[in-house]
Amino acid sequence: MSWKKDKVRKPAKPNEALTRRDFLQGAGVAVSGGLLVGREPAIAASPDEKAKVLGPEAVPITLRINGKAQKLTLEPRVTLLDALRNHLDMTGAKKMCDRGTCGACTVILDGKAVYACSVLAIAAQGKEILTIEGLAAGGKLHPVMTAFVEHDAHQCGFCTPGFVMASKAFLDKNPNPLQQDVEEGLGGNLCRCGVYVGVRQAALDAAKARLGEKGGKAHGKV
Amino acid sequence: MAKCKYDWPEAGQRKLIGKRISRVTGPAMASGQAKYSYDINRPGMLYARLLACPYAHAKIKSIDTSEAEKLPGVKTVRIIQRVGTEIQWAGDEIVAVVAEREEIAEDALRRIKVEYEKLPHIVHEEDLSQVGDRAKPAAEQRTGDPDAAFKDPDAVISEGYYGLPVIIHCTPETHGGVAEWVDAENLRVWISTQNVSGLPPQIAETLGTPVTNIQALCEYMGGGFGSKFSPDRWGIEMARLAKDVGKPVKLMLQREHDSMVAGARPSYFAKIRVAAKKDGTLTGWESDTWGTGGPGGATLPPIPYVLNVPNQIKRHTSVATNVGPARAWRAPGHPQACYLTMTALDDLAAKLNMDPIEFLMKNLALAKPREQIYRQELQKAAELAEWTKNWHPRGDKSPGPIKRGLGVSIHTWGGGGHNSLCNVAIHPDGSVEITLGSQDLGTGTRTVIAITAAETFGLPVEAVTVNIGDSKYPPSGGSGGSTTVGGVSGSTRRGCVDALEQLFAAVAPGLGVPAEQLEAADGRIQVKGDAAKSLTWKQACAKLGVKSVQVQGKNPGPCQLGSSGVGGVQIADVSVDTETGIVKINKMVAVQDCGLIIDLKTAENQCYGAITMGIGYSLFEEKIMDQVTGRMLNPNLDSYKLAGIGDIGEIVVHMMTGPGYDDRGVIGLGEPPVIAPGAAISNAVANAIGVRVPTLPLTPAKVLAALAKGGIA
Ligand code: FES
Ligand code: FES
Repeated sequence: MSWKKDKVRKPAKPNEALTRRDFLQGAGVAVSGGLLVGREPAIAASPDEKAKVLGPEAVPITLRINGKAQKLTLEPRVTLLDALRNHLDMTGAKKMCDRGTCGACTVILDGKAVYACSVLAIAAQGKEILTIEGLAAGGKLHPVMTAFVEHDAHQCGFCTPGFVMASKAFLDKNPNPLQQDVEEGLGGNLCRCGVYVGVRQAALDAAKARLGEKGGKAHGKV
Repeated sequence: MAKCKYDWPEAGQRKLIGKRISRVTGPAMASGQAKYSYDINRPGMLYARLLACPYAHAKIKSIDTSEAEKLPGVKTVRIIQRVGTEIQWAGDEIVAVVAEREEIAEDALRRIKVEYEKLPHIVHEEDLSQVGDRAKPAAEQRTGDPDAAFKDPDAVISEGYYGLPVIIHCTPETHGGVAEWVDAENLRVWISTQNVSGLPPQIAETLGTPVTNIQALCEYMGGGFGSKFSPDRWGIEMARLAKDVGKPVKLMLQREHDSMVAGARPSYFAKIRVAAKKDGTLTGWESDTWGTGGPGGATLPPIPYVLNVPNQIKRHTSVATNVGPARAWRAPGHPQACYLTMTALDDLAAKLNMDPIEFLMKNLALAKPREQIYRQELQKAAELAEWTKNWHPRGDKSPGPIKRGLGVSIHTWGGGGHNSLCNVAIHPDGSVEITLGSQDLGTGTRTVIAITAAETFGLPVEAVTVNIGDSKYPPSGGSGGSTTVGGVSGSTRRGCVDALEQLFAAVAPGLGVPAEQLEAADGRIQVKGDAAKSLTWKQACAKLGVKSVQVQGKNPGPCQLGSSGVGGVQIADVSVDTETGIVKINKMVAVQDCGLIIDLKTAENQCYGAITMGIGYSLFEEKIMDQVTGRMLNPNLDSYKLAGIGDIGEIVVHMMTGPGYDDRGVIGLGEPPVIAPGAAISNAVANAIGVRVPTLPLTPAKVLAALAKGGIA
């Protein structure tokens, strides 16, 4: 962990998004034992709307993933990550911590990197969801992916899709980062194998390549 | 020296071996296409969850699963441990539930009622006086004449307390997998494992199913670090559950549970005395060590480490606790032995007013047979860390609260190749396949196999298809102890050389020369010394007609393709904020040998990763147990702290290659670089602040506590 990073490593919380932790994770799950938390209704509240109670039964929802509408029937408590992995067989986003800490589940929601394990699927309706599958559409590697391959920014690769998505969102907002910016911007992702050296170089390199295409001048490694 | 037929090509001839080559699995990983056991979704698949015991030591009095069974969507409830069983650690599995969806399975767990009789537990071992009869002292070990060594009036003696707590494996992909009965007799499992070929025999024995009816698959796996060799109870249970419900079942441990039960590295604490002559020559070692690896305790680690100090007394006490079972953690015993030894020696060097590198150099005769390797590596590491410029005697006297320090440590490991069989196929269409029951943990197994085959055939790496991760393939050893690269490169090389001979035999008549005069290079089969007489690889393979060349490769086998035994030196350069106690890594230098390197890029990455993990266990990691409840307090990643991208500073890796290194053949690399960071970083902190912080992790609180007792000076 990084002291500085704690400031940036927050679970993404788009205004209206309901985080799974609000409902499920507060007191720990089965291993803590003896806790009777039933299936609680989820409340999709927005400031100017009256509270609308949904569930606990499955409800029809529509998600816009990688430009395509996907219709699902899900209990409101299902996270976006579980919806992707268990209901759509989109397993690029990984589950490592399941509580907004590691970033292995990172997807891009309306241009912003979020932890898919900490966003309820119903709360992701009406937003553009980009997953790693969408970023590699047509079997062509995205330049960020190419940079990861080139700099060997993976070992087991379990954290890699999350890092790629986080890097893509970060570089979209910070086209010309310094190494220190990369360390802050990607501080919300963890790798147990320890491939940060490669990730750091890959992110800087991807930025450089893109700036080069546009005729800009990159900071490079500082 | 006469060449042996399978020998690695000479340095000048190598087109691929030893170069920096991107791993062949990179595109699949970076694009999210790689399928891990956790990602396997089978038609009709159901989800299992496990109910874990909340107590560290208890007897099961009753289990009532009736309410869980009534829940719609629940398919089966299975009692794993019966009433009357004595549970030895919190998190041990009691009941399994299978349901249509994960959420329902979790609901069902909450409806199960288990009554326990709580029994006394011990989860803290650092204070030996508090563990009662859990302490099991071993017989004292003595060599030489330690009494004389310590009584010598001219001896300089340093005495200290050192230790490292239990840490966990924390594999990114938790333990578990998917089980599917293909029919009534045949079982297929996808398990996140380091041991594809070794799983079916273990499963067969427990289930009483013939081993030939079991297939274990693991195409990609999310880290093991020593914790994934067995199917484990959950692997067996998922097979039973799948049979009960007649559907595929996915059973992955949840993070919190995984942290409690699925892998811990034993702790060690020690009171150590070391003696040396005034010139720094080591003369005596005395240690009292204790530690725990859960109910099994912990055996004496290999101390004194690397340097075989003359005249030793060693007393060790194994402490059986309820912290959860230990598993092999990368280089079992070595990171701990290295930490205990190299910190004690560093304190002695400080007492002698000696530069620790000079002190190590002085005693390298005790590091036989790798004296020369360490000497060269210490020199190289000192150069890369700018030791002469940046090192100072203990206590950074510069003004201001931030103190900088340098520390050094050395390590060793074996890493000889394991047994491996592979099938090498050259097909008439020119395609090449290497097939073996190995696995890729992220160490680059596939890449190493592809490079070895491509080098032998004179082909590009992309021309080789590597099939691994299936127990139906020729068996290869488990991936532990840095044995995989040596094993699979040996079997692949031998198989490919033999396969190539057969291809030569098929094309020799057409080229009008004996087969022995042919060679494979640059995508062609050509006459040695007359490249004009040649066929492209594809044309040559077409001569095979309709029959592929199929050859088996073996390790071990004829010719020396690998060996065992490496050194390695690391230097840490840190800054310590004496007001907050925060330790920051400025730079880590690793100089490492591992014989003939097949892929320099993945080898360097292995070192970057190991050092990063080392920074993690030096500064942040600890399995924190609560003596009141007996539970782990930090089983989730928000509180079990791993190193992040902002914590690593600059990492400089230098791999030793060339004469004296390459000629040792291939040696594994997974363990060695993870051993030394603890001592190097602790020594750097002591060098910065002038006082030893005795135990890892070097948290701000511990740094401030050490400073309160003294320091800088
Ligand atoms: S799995 Fe979502 S942040 Fe870790
Ligand atoms: S590469 Fe294994 S967790 Fe990052």
